[in-house]
Amino acid sequence: MLAIEHLTLAYGDTVVVEDLALSAADGEVLCVLGPSGCGKSTLLRAVAGLEPPVAGTIHLDGRDLAGLRPDQRDVGLMFQEHALFPHRTVAENVAFGPRVHGLDRPAIRQRVTEALSLVGLSGTEFRHVDELSGGERQRVALARAIAPRPRLLMLDEPLGSLDRALQTRLLEDLPRVFSQLGTTVVYVTHDQDEALSLADRIAVMRAGRIEQQDTPAELWRAPRTAFVAGFLGLGPVVDVQADADTVTTPWGRVPRGAVSDAGAATGTVAAVLLPEALRLAPGHRPPGEDELAVAATVATRRFQGDHLRVGVDTDTGQRLYVAAWRGQLPGVGDEVTLAIEVAGIHLLADDARG
Amino acid sequence: MTDGTASTKRRTHGPRRHRRGAPRGAALALLVVPVVFLGWFFVWPVTAIVGLGLAPDGEVQLGVLARVLTDPSVRSVAWFTLWQAVVSTGLTLLVAIPGAYALSRQEFPGRRALQAAVTVPFVLPTVVVGSAFLALLGPRSPINAALVAVLGETAPTLDLRRTVTAILLAHVFFNYAVVVRTVGGLWSMLDPRLEDAARVLGASRWRTFREVSLPLLSPAIAASAAIVFLFTFTSFGVVLILGGPGRATIEVEIHRATTQLLDLPLASTLALLQLVAVLSALAVYGRLTRRAQQQRLVASASTRRPPRSRGERWFLGANLAVIVILVLSPLAVLVERSFVTAAGYGLDNWRRLLVDEPSSVLAVPAGEAVRNSLLFGVSATLVALVVGGLAATAATVGRGWITGAVDRALMVPLGTSAVTVGFGFLIALDRPLDLRGSPLLVPLAQALIATPFVVRTLLPVLRSIDQRLRDAAAVLGASPLRVWREVDLPIIGRALLVAAGFSFAIAVGEFGATVFVARANLPTMPVAIFRLLGRPGVANFGQAMAMSTLLAAITAAALLAIDRLRVGSVGRF
Repeated sequence: MLAIEHLTLAYGDTVVVEDLALSAADGEVLCVLGPSGCGKSTLLRAVAGLEPPVAGTIHLDGRDLAGLRPDQRDVGLMFQEHALFPHRTVAENVAFGPRVHGLDRPAIRQRVTEALSLVGLSGTEFRHVDELSGGERQRVALARAIAPRPRLLMLDEPLGSLDRALQTRLLEDLPRVFSQLGTTVVYVTHDQDEALSLADRIAVMRAGRIEQQDTPAELWRAPRTAFVAGFLGLGPVVDVQADADTVTTPWGRVPRGAVSDAGAATGTVAAVLLPEALRLAPGHRPPGEDELAVAATVATRRFQGDHLRVGVDTDTGQRLYVAAWRGQLPGVGDEVTLAIEVAGIHLLADDARG
Repeated sequence: MTDGTASTKRRTHGPRRHRRGAPRGAALALLVVPVVFLGWFFVWPVTAIVGLGLAPDGEVQLGVLARVLTDPSVRSVAWFTLWQAVVSTGLTLLVAIPGAYALSRQEFPGRRALQAAVTVPFVLPTVVVGSAFLALLGPRSPINAALVAVLGETAPTLDLRRTVTAILLAHVFFNYAVVVRTVGGLWSMLDPRLEDAARVLGASRWRTFREVSLPLLSPAIAASAAIVFLFTFTSFGVVLILGGPGRATIEVEIHRATTQLLDLPLASTLALLQLVAVLSALAVYGRLTRRAQQQRLVASASTRRPPRSRGERWFLGANLAVIVILVLSPLAVLVERSFVTAAGYGLDNWRRLLVDEPSSVLAVPAGEAVRNSLLFGVSATLVALVVGGLAATAATVGRGWITGAVDRALMVPLGTSAVTVGFGFLIALDRPLDLRGSPLLVPLAQALIATPFVVRTLLPVLRSIDQRLRDAAAVLGASPLRVWREVDLPIIGRALLVAAGFSFAIAVGEFGATVFVARANLPTMPVAIFRLLGRPGVANFGQAMAMSTLLAAITAAALLAIDRLRVGSVGRF
């Protein structure tokens, strides 16, 4: 397992990662999710031994990695934009790791064959990396990273430079590859869809710190701060008045015990509506007892394939988005009633660094 | 937008910009050999000669310094040296940068042979360049013959002997290849999509060149400009022959002071003056090129294409015309002269190169000079590759001051008078080992002159290697040495071959230092040519021309072989 404690990283005087703690269990897929520039790539480089830490420790399977060169750490890193060796063929790129680890020829050939077949590139061995498409390069980079069978596989924005269709396809392949490898995986991305579909656990990173670590479901169900909620695409974040017993929202007053709570203080606190909390309430399905009824006007409609994303302006002045399915498709300008599930109002913890 | 809140907090230092230096100890260990080499064979002899000049009796006599520096004729020599170097450098860049594009980015029949041909002047002994231009621009020039024939003029109208124009033209001729090779080498590997992108965005060709290509090429342009400047600043043979009173560089003055006036204090003070000027130039150069360069390089073959539009054909044609007129015609005159005998055209000059009888001027058979040159050239190349390769690697993996210091220190011998180096060898190398009588002195002196070229050729390529490739190799389990062998070495393979070719050509053609240290019974080709030129007579001159032609052929063959060698896995991008 990977255990990072009190890790601080800096470029010169600029602190990039500060007092960070993170761990990944054996065989776990941990996604580090965060905006560009939050320090997540630097974090991977530090684990790989490419950046010296200012402070803190990194342990892999109980071994302290401090002072070990990258080649002595037994980790794999798939680089952003691949960093394939331009002067070598596909097979030579993939064989590099096993070769420098001193494997004999048959073993190297076997590793190359295995790795390439795992990423679905069998038969491309003798092609030059310049001749490959973006998706193929991607797969070669992955095959190269796994061929030495590292104890820890790290991927830095592996799908970043690909088009949407390729991303979707590789996203479907990656869980299979990860489970066949059985290695601990740390996967860095800024795309919450990638993180949600791949991760056993997600660590949301912000400005050099971990904001929240949880399973995807838990993260989605109970984001701790406004930053996490915003990064997952939840919203809007509204201010509510919370005291010991009641919470006053723009749409009505509800008992504090009935709402979801990430550990908010009292007074003016931030709250977010969880995605399932909101529905259109047509006449035949009026708001129930555990729901708030809100009058609103349809402002925008966006077709999303299997549903319609409807933007409505409430009388209290927020723009909310709600999914509408076939059979209940309102037009722009229609007056509608929204039902807000009280349990889906989620109070956020203090977001001091907002 | 999911990262809206964070983009305002974007950190400026991404991992990609960041260079990771090797441990300082490693860089220093790599420097041991270059430092010892430079110290023993450069610093020590130069110190000795300066000391001999300023403190002949073991006591410093600053009066000499004051006398030399206030002398108006010394001042005018310094001024002439400076301005002709600046103008020569500017002219060379102006003519050669378009040529670099034509030879590296345009594809046409004979391109490779032409590329090798334009490199030949650079490796010709300066004495031969001077003679060739004398023949081309003097009263007996073929141009005059043509003028007489076509216009019916009675007297030769063209005579550029002892003019600045002749010196400048010879300098452009001489240094054209430096710019074409250095700038063209990088240009051929620049991703053409960058230029395509600029064109698609609406930039004109000129604008694209100015705003995209030029900045990307700036390290190569700065490097080649520095070399050309230092070369022309310390120009010796060319100015010695084509110049005259009031047209002498400091180098020529040092030579005159040493050999004719026997005024060692004057010579050493001039050497000191030149050293200061060179160091200042290097400091400026260091400031200009401090930024580490890292850019995407692509396969050089993929960037070349035949001229397609009328403008491109016109551009190629104009450059070919420049090459033919400026670069090839002096070579043609040189070859033509090698066949001129007392009895008209004939093969006598060439026949005498092969006959195994001691020449009256050389004391040994002429063929032996050829053999000596090849042997010394190979040895010097090996030394220069080891020393320059280690230094370039140290300058790449080291951090901070090491990088800059190595970079500049190795440029110094380039800018220092070869005459000073050669003379210094003779007076200083009796300690710690007495090497003065040793034939080793010749390849050592030649290697000293060639090493800066090795560094200059390797450094841009080494610095252009994407650090992530090294990182990737390290993470995959390669030790630092292995990373160098597996990533750096294959990528710089071609640059190494080019460096080897350059070193060999320079060593074979080296004159200024060799003329001091070559023993009388072990002359090299340039020394033999010099001795032959020093004797009157059509036969001696013709034989010098024949040997010069042979020397040009040997260096051209070396460079052409290198151009072909890069096919294959080594050095492939």
